[in-house]
Amino acid sequence: MRDVAVVSYTSSNVARDAMHNETEMIVPVLHEAIAQSGIAHDDIGFVCSGSLDYLQGGPFAFVAGLDAVGAWPPVRESHVEMDAAWALYEAWIAIQTGEVDSALIYGFGKSSPGDLHEIMSLQLDPYYLLPLWPSMVDVGALQASAYLDASDRTDRDLAEVAARSQRNAQQNPNALRKGNVTADDLLKQPVTHHPLRDSDIFPITDGSAAIVLAAGDLARKVSKRPAWIRRIEHRIEAHSLGVRDLTQSESTRAAGVAAGVANAKFDVAELHAQFSHEELILAEALGLDPAQTDINPSGGALAANPVMSAGLARIGEVARRISNGAADRGVAHASSGPALQQNMVVVLEGE
Amino acid sequence: MAGDRVAVVGVGQTVHRTARKDVSMAGLVREAAQEALDDAGMTWSDIDAVVLGKAPDMFEGVAMPELYLADALGAVGKPMIRVHTAGSVGGSTAIVAAKLISSGVHERVLTVAYEKQSESNATWGLSVAMPFAAPLVAGAGGYFAPLIRAYMYRSGAPRHIGHLVAVKDRLAALRNPKAHLHIPDIDLKMVEESFLLWDPLRLLDVCPSSDGAMAMVLGSEKVAAAAPGPVAWVHGMAMRSEPTMFARRDQVNPQAGKDCAKDVYAQAGITDPRHDFDCAEVYVPFSWYEPMWLENLGFCAEGDGWKLTEAGATGPDGDIPWNMSGGVLSSNPIGASGMVRFGEAAQQVRERSGDYQVELKTGRALGHAYGGGSQFFSMWVVGNTKP
Repeated sequence: MRDVAVVSYTSSNVARDAMHNETEMIVPVLHEAIAQSGIAHDDIGFVCSGSLDYLQGGPFAFVAGLDAVGAWPPVRESHVEMDAAWALYEAWIAIQTGEVDSALIYGFGKSSPGDLHEIMSLQLDPYYLLPLWPSMVDVGALQASAYLDASDRTDRDLAEVAARSQRNAQQNPNALRKGNVTADDLLKQPVTHHPLRDSDIFPITDGSAAIVLAAGDLARKVSKRPAWIRRIEHRIEAHSLGVRDLTQSESTRAAGVAAGVANAKFDVAELHAQFSHEELILAEALGLDPAQTDINPSGGALAANPVMSAGLARIGEVARRISNGAADRGVAHASSGPALQQNMVVVLEGE
Repeated sequence: MAGDRVAVVGVGQTVHRTARKDVSMAGLVREAAQEALDDAGMTWSDIDAVVLGKAPDMFEGVAMPELYLADALGAVGKPMIRVHTAGSVGGSTAIVAAKLISSGVHERVLTVAYEKQSESNATWGLSVAMPFAAPLVAGAGGYFAPLIRAYMYRSGAPRHIGHLVAVKDRLAALRNPKAHLHIPDIDLKMVEESFLLWDPLRLLDVCPSSDGAMAMVLGSEKVAAAAPGPVAWVHGMAMRSEPTMFARRDQVNPQAGKDCAKDVYAQAGITDPRHDFDCAEVYVPFSWYEPMWLENLGFCAEGDGWKLTEAGATGPDGDIPWNMSGGVLSSNPIGASGMVRFGEAAQQVRERSGDYQVELKTGRALGHAYGGGSQFFSMWVVGNTKP
């Protein structure tokens, strides 16, 4: 395998960007990522993005993104209808073939124009699940209930996760929900989707993220401290909620084992948890000890959840902490689908 | 081609129809996948990873359907990727799958592309008016017809050229039992008398709207050596994209298509495509795109594409047959159509094309797909010898 590193990362999130369409929204993020990478725009070998047509409400949400890329002369380019973490995986594969040495990856989406919770119901099996129209928060609450019932955790544990996210997010200019709050403060709020409170549910976010990857010597040349991708693995589970054990994340565990996460020491972990209980399930699946590993120092997806780039942003947030010397080794996680159906685990290290 | 060798070791394809009411979406993709596995002499558990492709989710109303289809495609516990690059997606999906092997990451990859267009109406699914954007509420035919008229103006091609392609590809489909359209009495007069939809395109110059799926099992060199049947080696693969609109963009003969062809030919050592290929499966959803892509892909000089079509060079008995399977004009499950081209090219070099098999001389074939506003291209070259 070739050594591949994250050499730049940018993101931008707001609660509601009514002033820009998606293309306008991503232009500054892409161009900042390219500028920070130290690689000339025309020298970037491959471009890959992640987006969702149903967020935009029209076909081909990704097509206009090429205007932001500046795809002229024509570029080697691809797109996944998945979180852009999987676009990063496709780009990592392209670099592994030896065809290219660098790649620009971006993900974007505006959740504010529509009803995101209902739109994401369209991910469900159209014959058996969708006709019941559970929203993504209903599905999340179902999983949270199953998890609390099966464990010795209570809603206080959920509130501890949510409060830590908000406190950590105070240091993150791209976080939307932040504050110096405690679990006790949050437990005073009403339960909205049993057993979840609003603070346990991600905030609606319009946003994007971009990463530039570079291989070997190129990464060393353009970055003082590249964040090397040591392992990257992903797995999917069965779709039907009824055939899965919702109290665990088997696909995260399997991806973690394949990525060599078990019993390893990490300074930092960024987990793509859209609900408080998901962070607990994911940390257990990866065997992370909160006493040893700083979990979601950015605030995570509970602080800002730009759908289709929130998973990519987890990789970027870990890479940022490695490149600025705050951490030597970290693990990033991205998720897709209802109740953590599909999961990716990325191990990153400094030199 | 960069990286490790890749071979097509199994191919499966559904029967294409206006509405496959006998199967769900899961049943449709599984039908193609099972046939590809059988062809490769494999079972579901042999597969390392699954790569799924399709065009816009709005065509069926399921967002990110790889999630729902993970079970049907035997992906549970494995890596799964969903590709979407507009009409080129069937080809792009095969290329992403092939790179999982050429990168050295996997040995056996199942790749599947599908569209179940009877779930909605693709023309209007493509025509949603978006805020802040120029409304192109035209469908694909309304978008491409002006480009075809520009081609006719530039090249001086006579009006019947498109109709010749419409007849040729429908006659070819009569030899392909899986093709959607079977019109036994098709002739020039029938095409000329069909409804005018978008000048110069008449109804029979246009692809149908189909339900269908295509699947391939791709393998490493080691897997290919153990394959029960002949394999198709990937000699080159490439993708190129350019923006939809800007001043001076040549939409009739797009640069991205030329660059993509140049790249894939260089990888495969193709210097004279008309001579170096035995045949090509090229994405021709509207009849006039045969002469237009003949030029874009370098099979002749610019302005001469229509002359090859008129002379019958691209027919089954011509020197460079195109779309022996009947092509997109005879079956168009949009998201799968590119992979059908890639897979049909592979079947030709495996000599598995039944009644529409061409005689192999060079043993090499081109698979091609395009999408968006003639701006996304994916191509591969396959051959019957190890590259």
